[in-house]
Amino acid sequence: MSNILLSIKDIEVFYGPSQALFGVSLEVKEGEVVALMGRNGMGKTTTIRTLCKMSKPTKGDIHFDGTLVNKMPSHKVAKLGVGLVPEGRRCFANLTVEENLVAAQRDGEWTLEKVYELFPRLEERKDQLANTLSGGEQQMLAIGRALTTNPKLLVLDEATEGLAPVIREEIWRAVKALKAQGQSILIVDKSLSELLPIADHCVILERGETVWTGTPDALTDDLADRYLGV
Amino acid sequence: MPNLSRETYLNIFISLGLLVFPFIATAMDEPFYITLATRVAILSLAAVGLNLALGTGGLVSFGHAAFFGIGGYAMGILASHAQTYTPIFTWPFVIEGTNQMLIIWLVAIVMSGIAALFIGLLSLRTSGVYFIMITLAFAQMIYYFMISWPTYGGEDGLSIYVRNQFPGVNTLDPSSFFYICLVLMFAGLGLSAMIKNSRFGAALQAARQNEERLAATGIRPFNIKLTAFVISGMITGLAGALMADLNRFISPSMLSWHMSGEIMVLVILGGVGRLYGPVVGALIYIIFEFIFGGLTDYWQFYLGLILLGVVLFARGGAIGLLAGKARHD
Repeated sequence: MSNILLSIKDIEVFYGPSQALFGVSLEVKEGEVVALMGRNGMGKTTTIRTLCKMSKPTKGDIHFDGTLVNKMPSHKVAKLGVGLVPEGRRCFANLTVEENLVAAQRDGEWTLEKVYELFPRLEERKDQLANTLSGGEQQMLAIGRALTTNPKLLVLDEATEGLAPVIREEIWRAVKALKAQGQSILIVDKSLSELLPIADHCVILERGETVWTGTPDALTDDLADRYLGV
Repeated sequence: MPNLSRETYLNIFISLGLLVFPFIATAMDEPFYITLATRVAILSLAAVGLNLALGTGGLVSFGHAAFFGIGGYAMGILASHAQTYTPIFTWPFVIEGTNQMLIIWLVAIVMSGIAALFIGLLSLRTSGVYFIMITLAFAQMIYYFMISWPTYGGEDGLSIYVRNQFPGVNTLDPSSFFYICLVLMFAGLGLSAMIKNSRFGAALQAARQNEERLAATGIRPFNIKLTAFVISGMITGLAGALMADLNRFISPSMLSWHMSGEIMVLVILGGVGRLYGPVVGALIYIIFEFIFGGLTDYWQFYLGLILLGVVLFARGGAIGLLAGKARHD
């Protein structure tokens, strides 16, 4: 149960000449939910982009499921089992809901039916084009799409940002259900009140560096204020 | 009564119209119209090929004349050897020419597929305007190669005196040849509809929209696009073989960039990414050529105006104008 699924060690990343990450480290064990936190612009999304190989680290190592993935192209990392739900609920707008889910499907326990069970709304809308869905439904679709690839690690980047409270509740309910099934999750989110109860571990970034790692209980108000308050 | 969209009705109407067309033409005592309709079917098929790459996959290939011409030369070379009873190769093994359409089609499809694989492998590493230019460059290379290669007529082209044969059909009868071309056009349409509705088609459209996002789901966009490009080239290559057979003549002009442009114009006129877009485009093109080509040598000027109108005011092409936006049902 406690195998290390993902280990990121001291990675540094540049966008052109400007350095974005100055040494980010984090670990996700199997079955664990890890919260990646920090204010805006501190490197959370870059860390995730680097994990999914959309940006390449110039230093440091990323191991996923025992494999060094530093130099791997995106699609190979995804095949190893990284399921990304990108920021801003990005579906394939020109495809229907079902096409979105089926296009990247890989064998495993997550089938179309199970995704529909998790998000019944998607089943009602399965023949609609993704760009006709509401923001919340698109987010559900983006999560569903990542799940049908049967990832070992689900990566949620700002999954509840800008959504109506009712929809946020539904997404959190789904995340909890996933955790209960033993799904490993790396999650970025700003609403601490929802995030902390389900996280097993927290990692805080500041200015492109990991500055604090610990359990949610150890995250005092003081720390939260210092690293996350605005 | 199934709830069909207007586009479906339009497609059915066009299909039926084409199916009964030879009877109408015969009744009007205008057999030449059948030849025009045959051109529509063949150009449609060529554009169906391009539409798969351009419409579904977003790959703006400005070099599809290469596949059209390779298909044409596959027919020309095989049939010219057959009519002079000379083998194409004698070493290391003997390859004879043939005048059997089925073999010619197969060779045309395979050769244009190989060309598309090679061109795609290199050009699909780029995108946008570079992709357009590289596909154009490859097509021009083949064009100049055929001009300077005297064995098969060079710039003058190659005449085939008798139309090739199809088992059990008199291909010299215009109606029979029309139906052969029409069946292949429907097969091309069926194949592209099947591809579009498959998982592969979904991934292809996803690649058109955002490659990075597709890669993040574990699919390599390059492979998807290459496969689509090769299938697209094969369909256009088959159309080339048919066109050569219709004209009984093949020359480098089939490989020229004008031809690439013409195929692309058909797709845009009819409606990019719409199943029957290429057919409607070819219909408009041929009707225009027939009516205005008789009045003025500069009919393409007026076609240009129409194209401009479509691009500016009817982005969905003629199909978009007649049947509204694409519907998903």
